[in-house]
Amino acid sequence: MTAQELKQPKLRVKAATKVYNTRSGDLLAIDRCSLDVMEGEIVAIVGPSGCGKTTLLWSMSGLHGLTSGEVLLDGKPVTGPNPEIGMVFQEANLLPWRNLDANINFPFEIKGTKPDRVWIDELLNRVGLEGFGGRFPRELSGGMQQRAALVRALSYKPSVLLMDEPFGALDAFTREEMNRLVEEIWLDTRTTIVLITHSIDEAIFLSDRVVVMSPRPGRVANIHEVPFARPRSLEIMSTKEVFDLTNAIKAEIVGTQQSRYPSASAQPAQMA
Amino acid sequence: MSETDAIPEFKKSAGGASEVGITNMSALTSGPGIKSMGEVLAIVLVAVFIIGGTEVLLNIFAVPQYVLPKPSEIAVALVTDFPFILPHLGHTLVELFVGFGIGAVVGLILAAVITQFPFAEKIITPYILLLVTTPMLALVPLLILRFGFGYEPRIIAVALASGPMVMINAATGFRRVDRGKIALARSYGASTLQIFWKVRAPMALPMIFVGLMVGSIFGLLTAVGAEMVGGGFGLGNRLTSYSSMIQMPQFFAVVLILSILGILIYVLFFLLGKKYASWEA
Repeated sequence: MTAQELKQPKLRVKAATKVYNTRSGDLLAIDRCSLDVMEGEIVAIVGPSGCGKTTLLWSMSGLHGLTSGEVLLDGKPVTGPNPEIGMVFQEANLLPWRNLDANINFPFEIKGTKPDRVWIDELLNRVGLEGFGGRFPRELSGGMQQRAALVRALSYKPSVLLMDEPFGALDAFTREEMNRLVEEIWLDTRTTIVLITHSIDEAIFLSDRVVVMSPRPGRVANIHEVPFARPRSLEIMSTKEVFDLTNAIKAEIVGTQQSRYPSASAQPAQMA
Repeated sequence: MSETDAIPEFKKSAGGASEVGITNMSALTSGPGIKSMGEVLAIVLVAVFIIGGTEVLLNIFAVPQYVLPKPSEIAVALVTDFPFILPHLGHTLVELFVGFGIGAVVGLILAAVITQFPFAEKIITPYILLLVTTPMLALVPLLILRFGFGYEPRIIAVALASGPMVMINAATGFRRVDRGKIALARSYGASTLQIFWKVRAPMALPMIFVGLMVGSIFGLLTAVGAEMVGGGFGLGNRLTSYSSMIQMPQFFAVVLILSILGILIYVLFFLLGKKYASWEA
C-alpha cells in the first residue's frame, strides 16, 4: 500500500442530502452529511432514533439515491448497488425457503458468478457454522442466523462492509459474542466497515471513529477518535478512558435531544 | 459448537426473520399426522363402526332403498356399474383439468402482474371479487345457450369459478412484500425480474397453493353443477339421471367417487404445499 493510496479515502460522503417526498410534505432526512472512511477503518455511526442513520448508510450502499451530494467509492461515484459493497441488515434476512448453503449462494445466483467454496467454508468455520449447510433458517438461533448473514455478506469479498444495526435484535451476550467475531474477522481481512448502532459500547468496542449524528435533519454533529489497540480486551473496555468516552458520546446524543424540549431541563433527570 | 445449542431458540427467530406470517398455512401443511399403529387402528375401527352401524340400522328399520341405500348396496353398485360410470368420470376430469388449467394460469399471471401496479389493482379487484362471490353455475344456462351441450360451457364455467379464486389468493401472496429481503436482493444488484423469481414468487408460494387448492375444489363443484344443468355426459349428468330413475345405490356410488376426487385434490395440494411451502408453517 503506497502513501498515495492511504491518502485517498476508501469511501467518501460529500454533503449528502436526502429529502423524502411524503404525503405530509417534504421530509429532510439527512442534511449535508460529509464523512471520509479510510481503507481498513471501522467507523460507527450513532445518533438518536430517526436521525437518518439508515438513510445515510443506504445512500452509501447505492440502495437509494441522494437529493444532492454524492458518495464516492475509491473516487468513483456510487449510483447503484455495487459489488464492492456488502450489506448486513438488522434482520438476518435469510430466505426461509432456502437452507443455509442456498442462502449463502444467493448473492452468487443474483450476480451470476461461481461461489468461492474454500473461502465460504473458511468463513463458516470461523463463525462456527460448519456442518449447518443443510439447515433451514427456522432451525437456527437468532445469533446463528446473523452469523450466517455475516458470512453471506463476506462471501463475495466486498472491500466495504456496511452494517445497519446488525446486532440490534440479539440479546446482550450474543451481541458481545458477535462483536468479538466482527473484530476477529476484521483482524483477518481488514475490510473497511461502516456500522450503525444504538449501542455506544458496541460502537466503542468495534470502531476507530464514532460519528455522532444530530436529530433530524441528520447532520454529522461530532466525530470521536477511539484510539484503543485491538484486540480490545475486557480490561481495555473497562478503563476510565472508555468510560469517559462513553459518557461524552451519551451526553451528546441525549443532550441534543433535550435541546428540543427546553422544559425538560427542569426535571431532575440528571443521572450524575 | 454442538448442534443442540440451537434447539432452545428454534421458534424465537430473533431479528424478526419470520415477519412473513399473514397467512396461517396450517390448513395446508400441518394436518394431523398419524403417530402410531394404535391411532391407525382406532381410525379404522371408527370407520368400520360407522359404516357397519349404518348398514345394521338401515336393516333394522327396513329403510327402503330409494330413501337411503345400504353401504353394501352402494359398494356393489360401485363395482358393477363402474365400467358405465368411468367414461363420465373421464369427461368430468377433462372439464376440470382444462378449465382449472386455464383459470389457474390466467389467475396466476393476473395476480403477478396486477400486484406490481397498485392503481390497476384497485380498479380490477372489485370485478375479481364479483367473480369470486357470484356462483358461476348461474351463468351455465346462458353458456349452454351460446355454446351448446358440449365441453365448452362447462370448461368456461370451471375456469371462471377457479381462476378468480386462484388469483385472489395468489395476489395476497404477491402482496406480501418483505422490504428487507427485497433490499437484500437489490444490494446484490438484482433486477426486477430476479427479485420477482427469487424473492416475491417463493414468498407467495404458500398462498398460491392455498389458491390452487380452493380453486380446484371450486372447479370440481362447478363442473358437476354444470353437468347437472344440461348435456348428456359427466358425473353430474349421472347424478340427475340416476336420481330420476331412482337408482339410489348408483347415485350414491357417484357421490362417493366425487368425494374421493375432492379428497385426492386436497391431498395433492397438501403434499405439494408440504414439499414446497412448509418453510412457513
